[in-house]
Amino acid sequence: MTTLIFLIFAGIAVFCGINLVVQTHPIASALSLIGVMGSLAILYLQLGGEFIAAAQVIVYAGAIMVLFVFVIMLLNAGAEGTSRQVSSFARYVGIVLLAAFLGLISFVIQAMLPKTEGVVFGAFQGGTALDVGRKLFTVYLLPFEVTSVLILIAIVGAMVLARKEI
Amino acid sequence: MQNAVPMSWYLILSAILFGLGVAGFIYRRNIITVFMSIELMLNAVNLTFIAFSYTLRQVDGHIFSFFVMVVAAAEAAVGLAIILTVFKNRETLMIDDVSSMKY
Repeated sequence: MTTLIFLIFAGIAVFCGINLVVQTHPIASALSLIGVMGSLAILYLQLGGEFIAAAQVIVYAGAIMVLFVFVIMLLNAGAEGTSRQVSSFARYVGIVLLAAFLGLISFVIQAMLPKTEGVVFGAFQGGTALDVGRKLFTVYLLPFEVTSVLILIAIVGAMVLARKEI
Repeated sequence: MQNAVPMSWYLILSAILFGLGVAGFIYRRNIITVFMSIELMLNAVNLTFIAFSYTLRQVDGHIFSFFVMVVAAAEAAVGLAIILTVFKNRETLMIDDVSSMKY
């Protein structure tokens, strides 16, 4: 069952990832990215990351992608034009090289990774909001505070960029 | 059917998604799609963090991927503001037309 769920959602993720790259319209790419994020959330849940799966759906698929779709709609971004000259030779060679590169990476991972036990749903219970919060506010308290400063800077930067005069 | 998923499958899936993100980053010409490819790469890295967190039975990987999400949110806010400004000044979203700093 675990294997079946992994295969289904890994397939959806890879399909949506390919769709993101080949679609010309930004809205189609954005919807594909939401598909990738949703299926990755399922995989996080399988790996015992309850909190991070919820955060993935709420923060990534919810907030960030709404921002993307909002900007796409606001700018009325259409399909990419075909103004740029891309030789079809380069395109096909690129696809073949990408496939070869990914195959090589897969082989290296398969060969070099030390043998560990497989992933079974429910074997790791330490990813609840309680565990994440406890670690976040004790061991990782300083990075957490620095991150809040980062977000403050990002807010100020976005406001400065969105002014009228620039 | 075996009931346990090998650990390497997660890493291979992550590598495939990362490679697709790199391909989209290089191949696409629309700034927004390029930006979404970056988000795809960040997601692939998150999957690796969570998978290793499972193997080591430590919650630290979840916290790293949480920080990656926070940074991605900040990056999306600033990046989309930059895209809006570029569009306001140049009336285009194609990265080939925004090349003043190239030469």
